[in-house]
Amino acid sequence: MLAFGNPVDAAIIGAGVVGCAMARRFSLEGASVVVLERAPDILSGASKANSAILHTGFDAPPGSVELQCMQAGYDEYMQIREDFNLPILDTGALVAAWSDSEEARLPELLEQALLNGVADARLLSRAEVVAREPALGAHVRAALLVPREVIIDPWSAPLAYAMQAKALGARFHFNAGLLSARFDGDLWHLQTPMGTLTARSVINAAGIHGDSVERMLIGGSQFEIRPRKGQFVVFDKAAAKHLRTILLPVPTARTKGVVLTRTIFGNLLVGPTAEEQEERERPDVTRPELDMLIAKAVELVPALAQAQVTAVYAGLRPASEEKHYRLHSLPEKGYFCAGGIRSTGLTAALGIARHVHGLWAQDRTAGGKPITAPPILPLPNLAEHLPRDWELPGHDGIVCHCEMVTGREIEAALSSPLPPGDFGGLRRRTRCAMGRCQGFNCLARLNSLTEGRLSVPITPEADR
Amino acid sequence: MSSDPYDVAIVGGGPAGLSAAIELRARGVAKVALFERGDEAGGIPRHCGHPPFGMREFGRILTGPAYARRLVAAALAAGVTILTKHTVVHTGPGGLLTVASPKGIESIQAARILIATGAREATRAQLLVPGLRPLGVMNTAALQAFVYQEGRVPFRRPLIVGSELVSLSAILTCRSHGIRPIAMVESEPDVQARRAFFALPRVLRVPVMTGAQILAIEGRLRVTSVRLRLADGTETLLACDGVIFSGRFVPEAALAEASALVLDPATGGPEIDQHGRGSDPGIFFAGNMVHPIETAGHCWAEGRRVAGLIAAELADRAKSEPKETPGRRVIAGAGLKYVVPQRLTTEGTGTAPDLNVRALGAAKGHLILSNGSGTILRSQSINAAPQKPIRFSLAGLDLAGESSDLRLRLEPKA
Repeated sequence: MLAFGNPVDAAIIGAGVVGCAMARRFSLEGASVVVLERAPDILSGASKANSAILHTGFDAPPGSVELQCMQAGYDEYMQIREDFNLPILDTGALVAAWSDSEEARLPELLEQALLNGVADARLLSRAEVVAREPALGAHVRAALLVPREVIIDPWSAPLAYAMQAKALGARFHFNAGLLSARFDGDLWHLQTPMGTLTARSVINAAGIHGDSVERMLIGGSQFEIRPRKGQFVVFDKAAAKHLRTILLPVPTARTKGVVLTRTIFGNLLVGPTAEEQEERERPDVTRPELDMLIAKAVELVPALAQAQVTAVYAGLRPASEEKHYRLHSLPEKGYFCAGGIRSTGLTAALGIARHVHGLWAQDRTAGGKPITAPPILPLPNLAEHLPRDWELPGHDGIVCHCEMVTGREIEAALSSPLPPGDFGGLRRRTRCAMGRCQGFNCLARLNSLTEGRLSVPITPEADR
Repeated sequence: MSSDPYDVAIVGGGPAGLSAAIELRARGVAKVALFERGDEAGGIPRHCGHPPFGMREFGRILTGPAYARRLVAAALAAGVTILTKHTVVHTGPGGLLTVASPKGIESIQAARILIATGAREATRAQLLVPGLRPLGVMNTAALQAFVYQEGRVPFRRPLIVGSELVSLSAILTCRSHGIRPIAMVESEPDVQARRAFFALPRVLRVPVMTGAQILAIEGRLRVTSVRLRLADGTETLLACDGVIFSGRFVPEAALAEASALVLDPATGGPEIDQHGRGSDPGIFFAGNMVHPIETAGHCWAEGRRVAGLIAAELADRAKSEPKETPGRRVIAGAGLKYVVPQRLTTEGTGTAPDLNVRALGAAKGHLILSNGSGTILRSQSINAAPQKPIRFSLAGLDLAGESSDLRLRLEPKA
């Protein structure tokens, strides 16, 4: 059993993008932090499957906490991104209208954008849309342009948050799902497969399991997670030339809808679907939905009819029975919840962390002093439009040829302060086996390179 | 950085690239460099630890790795410069290559370029196969790299998806490493290779299920089972610990695509004339990126043939600058998946090679070649398994007389 030692100020349940941002914020503010993650690595739930857009909040509910967190998150990302070597692809977004009724809704979307402080949003005529995006389907009518919507690396960003937290002393425990919890009036006793942790407060960032973790902690839950599956299709890099700007649909009451966007890695992505389901452990891809996404992409950009598919994936977004974020607390028990972060979590994470830390810090005198000169660990660049490791001399050869990942990059990830726990974690840190051949060329080699170094190996131990 | 120019730069060190390199040297071409992105040349046969390879090339039966070693040794003996860990990331007009290696990025000049980057099996993602995405799903080539190159066994009881020659190679690979495939499933109503070959799974008691659709791959961490709908409509759950996606080859055309060379959507590979020349007159193609997919021996022979044309062109001072040669287009018509070459030029030496044809599914009937006005130029009867390479002879046809598009179509037997 692991000795957890002295009580920590904050135990964070979940190492998704929200948990990672939370660990960073609390560590920066001088709190002692432990992160408990039930999976073998960070970003193993909803955070591994999003559309990788940093949103302005132009279409968020005006005056909402969600909007406030998104905009605070956006600003902080832009502030810190150069220090951490986190890329953006400065594309802007078009909310494109494809019918009379959609076109009629654009002025109200513009009004909402302006109300939300997105002052540079503006309407484009059909001619302006076509001039900007000549490959769009001929039936495009008009669009709302939101220039500051950008594309980011959805995995390096939270990794950077987690690495900084770790450098500040935060401890991450993987394969450490919460088994039971007890509050003794002063301290939390959190039982995990690795032992019992004591903490002065608990932050629930458990994503898809947010409600059950809340029940485990305080005996009931203010909200109910209603998993919403989002499937995505990634097209080959050759397809990315057909589109510059993020293409958003006119949103409906329920969902932001299907997005067509480039990725920072040079591909083109279409998704997500929005499928309500009970099952929390089943992010499966299904044929009719994949076919629908491809048909949708071809409808928006007809040239994609020839595009090859590189990858398909699905994630379960932790939607709740209400549309808004479920940020609440029980200060007398030191319980704080960041739940129901359904689809804007990547953008809002840094803002959510600030918000929750603000609640936490009210009427609290302990918890250390803010760190004045925090350590900054820049991340290796994985963005296609910026120089990659293979372009620099002195590497030891390329292991993954589709994504041009060097042996040096694989080794750096495996020996980093927060190394991957499983193959997915290695893929997200390096891009290996993420490309068009999906490991046809490199999987066996990657298995050898990672032997003994992943808590969940690529091949079962018995067969090594 | 820049080095002395080469006469010919070959991209890809498989059978087509190696045989072309050897042939170029044999015909007196002085500076031949072969760029291989991997740690060693030899190509896909390196992964195939079983015979038969080498009958046509060396007059004896070899395993894949032995065959690959022989080809590499022959190329080195012939004076070919083999540069491993060298990735060609771009080919520009005028024979300019951008090459990445552990030394960094170099620009390299060559009078002619031959691209022979081969083909790969379609992935589970490309085939849009539903279900969860656990560990243990891979292509045949990855399995073979596991067992032959890394000495590791990734699973014990996998399901094989596909019924092409490579699917049978997957069975052999499994059985020689203590892996027992639980079944072979094919989504098409018929097996995709010659029926006679399916004595192998029968003898090894690997059930072959045709017309079976994968409903879901199951398993949260590793593969636990595959849910199928069988040809008779019943659903079944097969317990297994891995899935091998075999065949459905697609050309490795990323370099050609990045270099803005014209591709044929039907093959997914480059558009070429009968000499292997692509849309850039200084760039040639050979091997499986042109026609997914043929045997190593076929690619070897094709590499030699294209090398012969390149050597002749370099030797002929009048032609030492490559020229645009438009020629007649060859269009794959009804019932056909593709026809290679996609262009027939009037220039050039020797007789036109056969058209290399694939049908959509099994082909039984007549292949009919007609010109732009619909006049039938030749008809050839045909009876072929689904993925079987079909040859359509052009011998004796005078195609230089006019320039209209040629169309080849399959007229099925009633």
